Amino acid sequence: MDIQGRKLIKIATAGSVDDGKSTLIGRLLYDTHSLTTDKIEAIEKNSKQRGYDYLDFSLATDGLVAEREQGITIDVAHIYFNTSKTNFIVADTPGHVEYTRNMVTGASTSQVAIILIDARKGVIEQTYRHFFISNLLRMSHVVVAVNKMDLVDYSEEVFQKIKSDFDELVAKSDFTEDQITFIPVSALKGENVTCESVQMPWYVGNTLLDHLEVLEPNDLQESTVARFPVQYVVRPKTEAYHDFRGFSGKLYGNSLKVGDKVALLPSGNESTIKGIHFFDQELKEAAPGASITITLEDEVDCSRGDMIVKVGEEPISEKSLTATLCQVNSKALKVGQKYILQHGVNRVLAKVDRIEEKIHADFSGKEEAEQLKLNDIGRVQFRLSKPIHVDSYKSNKSNGSFILIDEGSFDTISVGFID
Amino acid sequence: MSNLFIPNPKEAESIHILREVAAQFERPVLLFSGGKDSITLVRLAQKAFFPAKIPFPLLHVDTGHNFPETIEFRDKLVEELGLELIVRNVQDAIDQGKVREERGRYASRNSLQTTTLLDAIEEFKFDACIGGARRDEEKARAKERVFSVRDDFGQWDEKNQRPELFDMLNGKIHLGQNVRVFPISNWTELDVWEYIRTENIEIPSIYFAHKRDVFFRDGLIWTANEHVYREEHEEVVEKWVRFRTVGDMTCTAAVLSEAVSLDDVVAEIRESTISERGARIDDKRSEAAMETRKKVGYF
Repeated sequence: MDIQGRKLIKIATAGSVDDGKSTLIGRLLYDTHSLTTDKIEAIEKNSKQRGYDYLDFSLATDGLVAEREQGITIDVAHIYFNTSKTNFIVADTPGHVEYTRNMVTGASTSQVAIILIDARKGVIEQTYRHFFISNLLRMSHVVVAVNKMDLVDYSEEVFQKIKSDFDELVAKSDFTEDQITFIPVSALKGENVTCESVQMPWYVGNTLLDHLEVLEPNDLQESTVARFPVQYVVRPKTEAYHDFRGFSGKLYGNSLKVGDKVALLPSGNESTIKGIHFFDQELKEAAPGASITITLEDEVDCSRGDMIVKVGEEPISEKSLTATLCQVNSKALKVGQKYILQHGVNRVLAKVDRIEEKIHADFSGKEEAEQLKLNDIGRVQFRLSKPIHVDSYKSNKSNGSFILIDEGSFDTISVGFID
Repeated sequence: MSNLFIPNPKEAESIHILREVAAQFERPVLLFSGGKDSITLVRLAQKAFFPAKIPFPLLHVDTGHNFPETIEFRDKLVEELGLELIVRNVQDAIDQGKVREERGRYASRNSLQTTTLLDAIEEFKFDACIGGARRDEEKARAKERVFSVRDDFGQWDEKNQRPELFDMLNGKIHLGQNVRVFPISNWTELDVWEYIRTENIEIPSIYFAHKRDVFFRDGLIWTANEHVYREEHEEVVEKWVRFRTVGDMTCTAAVLSEAVSLDDVVAEIRESTISERGARIDDKRSEAAMETRKKVGYF
């Protein structure tokens, strides 16, 4: 539950240039009364200056000067709105040149993807890519919003054709049919966004907003085993807490409770959970997603980067690993190069042993490659300076992903998904 | 009743970020303005490190034009929690001739804070400055990272930001660079108020309705005070007002309000059709006001 006791749903949007993504988000904000008077006034003023005879909602989201000048979105923007039942966070990812990097970034913190399709253009190459990334990141749900239905006379035939084209992609993916929903909309006219469409009586499903509200997305915590990476060791050294030695971190995967027998990695030492602390509360059991502090029965060595797990549920310890990588920096990834690998809060050195293949991000196959350039996706083998304790991305998103940091610039250059 | 503790995801995320700051940086500092967002940060930091003390000091860049209620509140909070407070004054930079005070109708020391902040970063060699900015406040802030890397000149390079994936925060920087950290990036104004109410966090009295001498200009309500430039024809009247954001007197406008309790304030925010920064005089300067200030090192 979010702060106000509402459900929290995190959405990434993907679309190509000009298919009306910003307008759709602006429409959602406008119709849920999330735009304030001064923002609406600013939009009216801007729309008028540009000579539009309608309200250009895209101006609600395009934030940077360069974006407004060129009428495009450059960087991932985060947008917040709520209904009485649900809080939404939208990661609005740009549709043009650097779409792969931006969409992977936006999708990594989201549960649901909305893929926009221009009804006039149908399923295009960009759509393949957006869906490929949704599949790679294993989004909990995908909503395919077929937009600009007003420009195709609200034709059911056009909508059905797009749906059947898209279904061919679904067949190539890991998604099941119930994870994908198709909705015909007109963001400009507000049809099926938050209000049922009068123009499309043939569509019997939910409006976009109603659909988003009923979703029950799995969060980053899909696995059944608990993972507790130690972020920070709390040692108050005060009189009241003289011997207190707590291990702070965020819990993933499953709950932990007082009395659980745990193993500490990498040492393999075992102990028992003595206490679970959240500020001044002493908890009996904490659910995944909680940022807590754990104390143990025994004096064991444990520091940042170590991991606490239940005995019998230990992850694999790997000194070499194979992962699907997406390059998110203009510096290319090369064989033989060394990088800093950050897995959760733990860092080791990683050397690229081999690039197995570059994967076409449109389901069209793969090819051999010497390097991975910005926005490339590939399968890469690494050797590590120390073993890390991993799960597959499929079974635990947070313990199955990592980033690579360039040793020179310290920029984040790749994100990896462990097999 | 179940014994299972179900976290609030935004609170858990903020605590995670604060712990990353303490672990990844040598000299972090929390930028404290005395406003509700930085007060919320202090509570989150208490939660992140309990039962230990907050492992970094607070820095207040004082324009000299703050509301006295804010300063009193700041000093009380610091004493109660046993925190270390560093204060650096914009007046000093003016006296040293580093910045020139603005004159006239819209004169404000708000943008002058940048120089004092950058000087303090250099003086104390801070490598991470934690701030209470939120992405919902303003559209340039909507593109801000949680860990936002700044160069030696404090500049924000908005087109060259590190992507932030999952929960992983990359705080690796070169000597001279620093990181601005925004733990409540994903909170909305309403989230902050609801949290303050749920947690029963004390806030300065000016957030609640009170009688104040004000005058009206450009549709905004300005505090009538020696620090705020006022023309003779701008008549001073006494009104029931409160503040939605608390910054420097010269850049923070009041709103008419009768909200005297946190419940009243939350109800008022829910109903409000004006955005929080709609009452920020500094943002009215131009459509790109915030972005321009951020690029040169503003918070």
